[in-house]
Amino acid sequence: MNSRPRPIADPARLRRRHAAERRFRLYGVAAVALAVGALALLLATIVVKGHGAFLQTRILVEVYFDAGEIDPSGTRDAANLRRGNYTVLAKRALYQHFPAVSERRERRSLARLLSTGNDLVLRALVRDDPDLIGTRQAVWLIASDDVDMLVKGHVSRDLGEGDRPLDDAQLGWFDALVADHRIEQAFNTMFLSRGASREPELAGVLGAAAGSAWAILICILVSVPLGVMAAVYLEEFAPQNRWTDLIEVNINNLAAVPSIVFGLLGLAVFLNFFGLPRSAPLVGGLVLALMTLPTIIISARAALLAVSPSIRDAALGVGASRVQVVLHHVLPQAMPGMMTGTIIGMARALGETAPLLMIGMVAFIVDVPTGPLDPATALPVQIYLWANSPERAFVEKTSGAIMVLLGFLILMNTAAVWLRTRFEGRR
Amino acid sequence: MSLGLPFLLAAVLGLSVLGFFVGRARALAGVGGQIRDLHSLPAHYGAYVALWCGLPNLVLIAAWLLFEPRLIEVLVVGSLPAALRTLPADQFGLLLTDLRNLASGDVVSRDVDEALRAAAAQIVRYDEIGDMALTVVALTLAIAGMAVAQRRIAADFRARVAIERLLMILVVASSTIAVLTTIGIVLSLAFESVRFFAKVPIHEFLFGLKWSPQIAIRADQIGASGAFGAIPLFAGTFLITLIAMLVAVPVGLMAAIHLSEYASRRTRAVVKPMLEILAGVPTVVYGFFAAITVAPMIRDAGNFFGLDVASASALAAGLVMGVMIIPFVSSLSDDVITAVPQALRDASSALGATESETIVRVVLPAALPGIIAAVLLAVSRAIGETMIVVMAAGLAANLTANPLQAVTTVTVQIVTLLVGDQEFDSAKTLAAFALGLTLFAITLALNMIALRVVRRYREIYE
Repeated sequence: MNSRPRPIADPARLRRRHAAERRFRLYGVAAVALAVGALALLLATIVVKGHGAFLQTRILVEVYFDAGEIDPSGTRDAANLRRGNYTVLAKRALYQHFPAVSERRERRSLARLLSTGNDLVLRALVRDDPDLIGTRQAVWLIASDDVDMLVKGHVSRDLGEGDRPLDDAQLGWFDALVADHRIEQAFNTMFLSRGASREPELAGVLGAAAGSAWAILICILVSVPLGVMAAVYLEEFAPQNRWTDLIEVNINNLAAVPSIVFGLLGLAVFLNFFGLPRSAPLVGGLVLALMTLPTIIISARAALLAVSPSIRDAALGVGASRVQVVLHHVLPQAMPGMMTGTIIGMARALGETAPLLMIGMVAFIVDVPTGPLDPATALPVQIYLWANSPERAFVEKTSGAIMVLLGFLILMNTAAVWLRTRFEGRR
Repeated sequence: MSLGLPFLLAAVLGLSVLGFFVGRARALAGVGGQIRDLHSLPAHYGAYVALWCGLPNLVLIAAWLLFEPRLIEVLVVGSLPAALRTLPADQFGLLLTDLRNLASGDVVSRDVDEALRAAAAQIVRYDEIGDMALTVVALTLAIAGMAVAQRRIAADFRARVAIERLLMILVVASSTIAVLTTIGIVLSLAFESVRFFAKVPIHEFLFGLKWSPQIAIRADQIGASGAFGAIPLFAGTFLITLIAMLVAVPVGLMAAIHLSEYASRRTRAVVKPMLEILAGVPTVVYGFFAAITVAPMIRDAGNFFGLDVASASALAAGLVMGVMIIPFVSSLSDDVITAVPQALRDASSALGATESETIVRVVLPAALPGIIAAVLLAVSRAIGETMIVVMAAGLAANLTANPLQAVTTVTVQIVTLLVGDQEFDSAKTLAAFALGLTLFAITLALNMIALRVVRRYREIYE
């Protein structure tokens, strides 16, 4: 060999290769940064837009509890008191702070600073203490959503009068109230204690949360026993044949079926075939149960598989039957793993929207459902409904409801992680 | 209501508990307290009696609740005046709803005449009779079951075997639910789709270029005949899925590579849970995010460059859907990359390859089948995703490849067709089921191919 060997470590080539290596690493960092950044942007958007939903703007006025309006008969009878005209009391209290406003049209415009739900506030006060009748009390009344948005800085005063929800006169009255220290922001208990409403300042998530709770309860009652029993059969008893192969293929495929298809199934089978009521959490729970069943079966099988075979052998060795082995030894060992899988499955079911739209859980429902057959919505559906509402104030409510939903999901996932670490450590 | 369902269930439960103790006591008494003379444990005998007491009852009550309303309906309809009985089907359905509302004291949508009131009263009466009969029958059945079962108890009676046989039946039955669900999906979708294809020819649905599911209200109406050509929907779905994949596959794959090959243990411990959070965010939240933050951002950016961007552009929905799918791609790819044996990497390093050369030329080819399967599953996820597109994509069925315009998708149309009130057998409603069947078939096919790819091309290193 007289020709010189080709230099393996050509410095220029090596530099290029190392530059490529650095670039490649950078792509990886960029990808992770992008994913984490998207998550941060998403959460930041929700919190920035939604924290206001937990604050309520209120106006301090002197309310005269006129017996002539709320208790004309003077009996103080609870049923009579409930029927009184409390809206008038709220309006009059506000008029009284602006004696100069006397014309009908102007007064109506002034009354628009107040929410239409103040009769609820005053009625509750009188119900708790009938002695208020005939007295004059300082009461914080709820402001309308337009005032609320103004206080929270979502209404620009620079816009033309016709382009903003409050006209010049209303802004003047508002400023007078502010100068008088009669406007405050307080924690919005209504948001957590009431059902839906057409008025953003009165709308709450309790109705939707109760609907979700009923649906998830039904879902747990149906899917957990079925899922665990199916997993026990497939993992502990099933012979290896075509039928069990078919079942396994089915479970894997069902796990990948889009959720909306389960909604169509629920519509065709539960509503049209069995005639169950529309909009009921019962049907929602059944559909969610069918949807989460594959997830639960798969995680329950993994938990059963993780139980050491020596436990089974030992139990069989001392004379237990195969059913006793499973019931007394394998299931208790696999329980934490199954529960972790179940909680994660339920968290997914709680956030699911599309199948519930199909079975009519999208109606506008004010009452808080008290049973699985009452018409109801669910939290994610409420978010969808509010996101479609045109009022500016509903953007805030939507984000607020998302914060509540994410709160529940974080709670459930934390519980799952806690269970996992706690029982993994013990083994 | 004589007693009420909860009370009845509680009574049956109570009798079952009683049956448990009776059975156990009888078994023990039969052998004079010598447990070892019994074939099974005393609790097995108790459970045997309890099951005989409660199980037939549950079946009875479920069947009763299912069929009682139908039976009452038949009985009451039989006694209605002939004029009402011969109404057309849809009006007759309304009449029945009104009758039921009248019977439960709700508001009704028509004038109530004497015949209706009598029929409603009849429903109430039959309801009462039915409830009473159910209570009597159920309690009798419980007591009879208890009597029969405890008669069988003797020292050599194999109670455990009987109970275990029942348990086996239960577990086998629940394992078939998955198959039943699939059959239910296929049957319900196929049944309604067949009815749809009777009204709209299948080739028009699959290859038609115009989608406008408005049905004429009057026969002489122009321009609202209803067109059910699904190509624009398929194209829109494809466009948004493509955008989503362009985001999710490179980002998800690179993130997986970084996490499994480069990242320190500490970074992994922080980033992985974050990706899990990203995966756990409900899709309705992504939809809101797309509609309220991303879409306006894209529109403003487009206006800045002088582009005409629709307020609900395909790009916004696709980008956010891509973000949603990133954790899905990355966790599946992470699994397959980690499964590549370390020996391959060591061999490549020993030959002088840099880490990135090892990954691109050795690890990724070895992991390719798994990565392809992950991408296929991600595509099937994107096609079936509903809430993001419902909230952020449009409703107008444009046939376009421009990502700045609004397009609509299969899932959006299913939701729009079915949310709200309409008759169940109009072509509009049935079209949703035909779309659902298409969606089901496509996602099923993608899933099957993904599983097959994994099984067929998996490299075996041992």
